[in-house]
Amino acid sequence: MIEHPNEVVTKALVRFVQVGAHKAAVITLDNGFDHKKPNSFGPAGLRSLDEAITAATEAGPAFIAITGKPYIFCVGADITGIPFLTSREQAVELGELGHRVFARLKNSDIPTFAFINGAALGGGLEVALHCHYRTVSGGAAALGLPEVAIGLVPGWGGSQLLPNLIGVPGAAQVILQNPLTQKVLRPQQARELGLADELFEPADFLERSLEWAAGVVAGDVTVERPEVDKDMWEGVLFFAKQQLDEKLHGAVPSANKALELLALAKDATFEDGTAAETQVLADLIMGDESRASLYAFDLVQRRAKRPVGVPDKSLARKVTKVGVVGAGLMASQLALLFARRLQVPVVLTDIDQARVDKGVGYVHDQIDKLVGKRRLDEGTAAKLRGLVSGAVDKSVFADADFVIEAVFENLELKKQIWAEIEKIVSPEAVLATNTSSLSVSAMAADLEHPERVVGFHFFNPVAVLPLLEIIKGERTDDATLATAFAVGKELKKSSVLVKDAPAFVVNRLLTRVTSEIFQAIDAGTPLDVVNEAMDPLGLPMRPIALLQLVGPAVAFHVGETLHGAFPDRFAESENLKKIVDAGLPVMVDDEINPEVAKLVAGGSAPLSADEVRQKALDALAEEIRIMLDEGVVAEAQDIDLCMILGAGYPFHLGGVTPYLDRSGTSERVTGKRFLPQGVASLPA
Amino acid sequence: MPREVREVVFVDGVRTPFGKAGGMYAETRADDLVIRCIRELMRRNPQLPPERVDEVAIAATTQIGDQGLTIGRTAALLSGLPKTVPGYAIDRMCAGAMTAVTNVAGGIAMGAYDVAIAGGVEHMGRHPMGEGVDPNPRIIAEKLVDPSALVMGSTAENLHDRLPGITKERTDRYGLNSQLKTAKAYADGKLQPDMVPVALRSAEQGWGLATADEAPRETSMEKLATLKTPFRPHGRVTAGNAAGLNDGATAALLASEETARELGLPVAMRMVSYGFVGVEPEIMGYGPIPSTEKALKKAGLTIDDIGLFELNEAFAVQVLAFLDHYGIADDDPRVNPWGGAIAIGHPLASSGVRLMTQLARHFAEHPEVRYGLTAMCIGIGMGGTVIWENPNWDGAAK
Repeated sequence: MIEHPNEVVTKALVRFVQVGAHKAAVITLDNGFDHKKPNSFGPAGLRSLDEAITAATEAGPAFIAITGKPYIFCVGADITGIPFLTSREQAVELGELGHRVFARLKNSDIPTFAFINGAALGGGLEVALHCHYRTVSGGAAALGLPEVAIGLVPGWGGSQLLPNLIGVPGAAQVILQNPLTQKVLRPQQARELGLADELFEPADFLERSLEWAAGVVAGDVTVERPEVDKDMWEGVLFFAKQQLDEKLHGAVPSANKALELLALAKDATFEDGTAAETQVLADLIMGDESRASLYAFDLVQRRAKRPVGVPDKSLARKVTKVGVVGAGLMASQLALLFARRLQVPVVLTDIDQARVDKGVGYVHDQIDKLVGKRRLDEGTAAKLRGLVSGAVDKSVFADADFVIEAVFENLELKKQIWAEIEKIVSPEAVLATNTSSLSVSAMAADLEHPERVVGFHFFNPVAVLPLLEIIKGERTDDATLATAFAVGKELKKSSVLVKDAPAFVVNRLLTRVTSEIFQAIDAGTPLDVVNEAMDPLGLPMRPIALLQLVGPAVAFHVGETLHGAFPDRFAESENLKKIVDAGLPVMVDDEINPEVAKLVAGGSAPLSADEVRQKALDALAEEIRIMLDEGVVAEAQDIDLCMILGAGYPFHLGGVTPYLDRSGTSERVTGKRFLPQGVASLPA
Repeated sequence: MPREVREVVFVDGVRTPFGKAGGMYAETRADDLVIRCIRELMRRNPQLPPERVDEVAIAATTQIGDQGLTIGRTAALLSGLPKTVPGYAIDRMCAGAMTAVTNVAGGIAMGAYDVAIAGGVEHMGRHPMGEGVDPNPRIIAEKLVDPSALVMGSTAENLHDRLPGITKERTDRYGLNSQLKTAKAYADGKLQPDMVPVALRSAEQGWGLATADEAPRETSMEKLATLKTPFRPHGRVTAGNAAGLNDGATAALLASEETARELGLPVAMRMVSYGFVGVEPEIMGYGPIPSTEKALKKAGLTIDDIGLFELNEAFAVQVLAFLDHYGIADDDPRVNPWGGAIAIGHPLASSGVRLMTQLARHFAEHPEVRYGLTAMCIGIGMGGTVIWENPNWDGAAK
C-alpha cells in the first residue's frame, strides 16, 4: 500500500444535517490548518474520504454533499508525495486509489453533490466532477485542472468526465490552454462553462446549496445541462493539437497525452477511459519531465518566496519615498510599479521639463487604463496620481530613502549621476541601479558611501515578469541588501541574490545562447534553420523572436559587454552588427523579415539544426558551471528560478539545469551533474 | 413644516435558531448570525428593492470583537445591501432589538425613513455577560444601586423577596409549561417558518446546519426541584425557571404603511404605542409593569384590550409578577402561546424581535384579536413594552 510519510492528511469529516424534510450527509474536507495550507489528497486522505463515503452511505441519507474548509475546497493531489513514488506500480496504485474512491460518488445510488465553496484544483475539482451535481461559491478563488503545467494529466477522472459534461472545447480550455498560460477559472466562468450547475454568493453559500440540493432531490428543482456536441470532437482536438505543436513543438509530453485522453473520452466507457488515465499518469509520474516540472513548481512556490543568502529582514530600512532618475519608458514603468506596490511618493527626474512631463504623463495614462480595465478602483487611482510627480531639479530626492536609476547604459554617466545625487540624499538612502550589464561595484567605486549601492535588475515588461535580480556589489552592506529584498517583496517580485558579475544571470545565459546562434549564422547556417533549432525544447520563443523582443541593439550591447569580459566564450558577430546597423525589425508579421535574411551573409560551414542546438546546450552547460564556480548565485536552483521567472523557461525543462542533466549534456561538457539524481528527475 | 405622523408596520421578521453558549455556534461568528437574518429577510421579500432600505439598526449588548465595529453598518455591507444603505449599532441590554424597532419606528413615523431593518444579535458564548465592563466606583461608594443589581439572577431573587406570593413551585411550573408549549409549537411546525438555517463550522466535525433551537429540553417538576440555585444559597432562581445563556440573532423589516402598500410588502402588525420605563435596578424584572402602563396610557387602552401577549421570559418570577399585577392566570392561553425564552433561549439583544415575529404569527392565526403586546425586562432596571394592532382583525366588520 502506498504511503506518503509526511502527508498532511486532509480528513473527510461526516456530519448529518436536516434540510427541510430531508436528512443529508455532509462530508467536509479539512486538513486542520487554515486556508494558507490548503486541502490536498494523499493516500491517507483518499482513504479517509473512502471511509467517509461508507459512513455517509450506510446512514441512508436523502443526499450526500461534499464540501471544503473555509476558502478551500481541495487543491488536488498532494504532489509532495510524488518523490516517494519510486516504481511504476506505485504510480499505478495512486491513480487507481483515487479512481476507486471517487467513482463511489459517481456510482452512488444516493444523489451526490459537490458544494465547491473555495479553491478547487486538479484532484479537488475531479472529486467534484464525480458528484452528480455541483454548486460553486462566487467566492471560490480558483477552479481548474492545472496538471498539464506540472507535467501530468488530470488522472483521477477529469479527462473523461469534463469533456462529457461541458463539451470538448471547454474541456480543452480547462485541461490544456489554461494550464499552459497559467490561467484558472473564476466561479462565474465555471458556471458559464457548465462545470457547476448553480452559483451562489459566498455569504450563505452552504445554506443555499443545501436548500438547492434538497430541492433537486425532491424534484422541485430541475437541473438543465446543454447536450454535449460529439460531432465537433475530432475537429476541436485537431485544432488544439495544431496550436499546441505550433507553440510547444511536441516538447511537452503531458500536453500530448492529455489530448489523447480527451480524444478517448468521446466514445470510451468511463471504466476504459479511467484505466487509460491511470496508465498515462503512471508513465508521466515515472518520467523526468514531470519530476522536473514538480521541481520547478516548488522553486516558484517556495524558493522564490524565501530567497537564499539574504541578510535578516530586520536590518531592512523603511522606504517612505522613492526617487527615479530618468523619465523614459523604463523609468516611468518603474515609477508606476513603485507607486502601486509601495504606495509612497515617487518622484521622477530628467534633464528637461518636457521629458519629465512625458514620464509623469505616461504614469497617469497607465493609471487611467488600469481604471478602465477595472484593475484599479477610482479611489486608489486618485491616490496613485497624487503620489507620482516629477521635477528637473534633483533636490526633490533629498528626503527619498530609495533612489533607482534607469538611464542610458553608460558607466561614466551613471557614476556622475550617483555622485550628484549623493550630495542631495541622506547617507543611508539606498541607491539602486537597474543596469542590465554594468558593474555595480564599479558604479559605486568613487562614492563616499558605496555600501548603499545595489543592483536592482528588472525584466521587461516590468509589470509582468516576476523576476528581480538583486545584485550585491563588492561593498554593498547588509542593511542595503536587506532593504533591497524587502522592497522587492513589496513590489511582489521574486528576488534572487546575484553576485556583481557581467550581465548577471538571465542576460548572461540568453546572450550566450544568442552568441552560439549567431556563430552558426556567421558560419553560413540559414536563418530559418537556426531559428527552429531549439524547437524540441519547447521554449516560449524562438531565438529570432527573442532577439526582436530584446531589441538587436540591446542584445548587441550586452553581447559586447560580455565579449569584453569573456572573449573566449562570447563571440562578436558581424551579422548581428549588420542587423543592428540596418535598424530593421527582425520579425515582420511573426515571420523572419526577408530584408534581414538578405543582409545575413558569409560563412561556408553551415550547421544542421541538431548541431546548432547541441552547441547552444553545451554552451549553456559550460556557462552555468562557470557561473556556479564563480559564485554568481548560490546554487543551480537559483539559475533555474531566474530562467523560469525571467526568461520564461518552461517547467518541463525544470528551468534549464534538470534538462541539461537528463540529456547528459552537463556530464559530457562539465564532467558532472548540476543536481543530484532525484532532485529534479526520477530517483536513482 | 406641517407634517403627518405616519403609521409604522411590522412587515416580516426572522431569526436564527438559538444556540446554547458554547454549543453549536461555538465556531460561528456573531456578525455572521445577524447577516444570515438580514439576507433571508431580503430574500423573503423580493418586492423590496435593496436600495429602498433606509436604515439598518442592529443591537448587541457587548459591542466588541465580532459584535463591534458599528455592527449595523458592517452587517449591512456584509449582507450585500448597497453601500448607500446606512446602519448603526444600538444597546439597551436585553431590549436591544426592541429598541432598534422603536427607534426606526420613530424615524418612519416622522418621515425620515420609509423602510428599515431592525434586529439584534448576542453571542453569549463569545461574549459572556459583563465582558469588559468597568462599573463606576460611585455605584458602590454612593450606594446608588445595590451591587446585586448588576447580576441579573440576583435581581430575580430580589424580586422573589418583594413578592413572596410567587413561590419556587410556581416559577418551576411556569418554566415547565414554557417547555411544553414550545415542544408543542415545534411539533405543530409553528416556529420553523421564521427560522433561518445557519451553516455551522466545526473544525472537529465538519460543516453542519442549525435548523432548531438548542436549548429546549424535556423536564419535569421533580427534575426542576433538584436544580441548583446559583445566585443565592437556598434561593429560588434556577436554570429551569430562567432563560439560559444563548447565541442567536434576529432581524425584522419595518416600513411606513403607505410604503408597504406601495411595494406590496405584507403588513403583519401595526405599531400602536411603546413605552420604556426605569425601575429600581435591583428588581429589574419589575420593569415591564410600568412600561406597559405607560404604553397603554399612550395608546388610550387598558389591559383588557390586549388579546395576546409575548412576554420575554428572562425569569419566570418576572413574568409571574407581571401576570399577578394584571390578574392574569399563570397558564393563561393568551400569554406566550408557543412558550418563551425559558425554553427557546434569550440571546440578550436579539430577543425583542423574536417576540414581535411570534406575535405577528399569532395575529395571523387570531383575527378575533385586535391588540397584542410585546414586553420585556431590561438590565440595570428597566422595562420595555410595544403595543401592536392586528391588521387581520375582523372585529371592525362585525
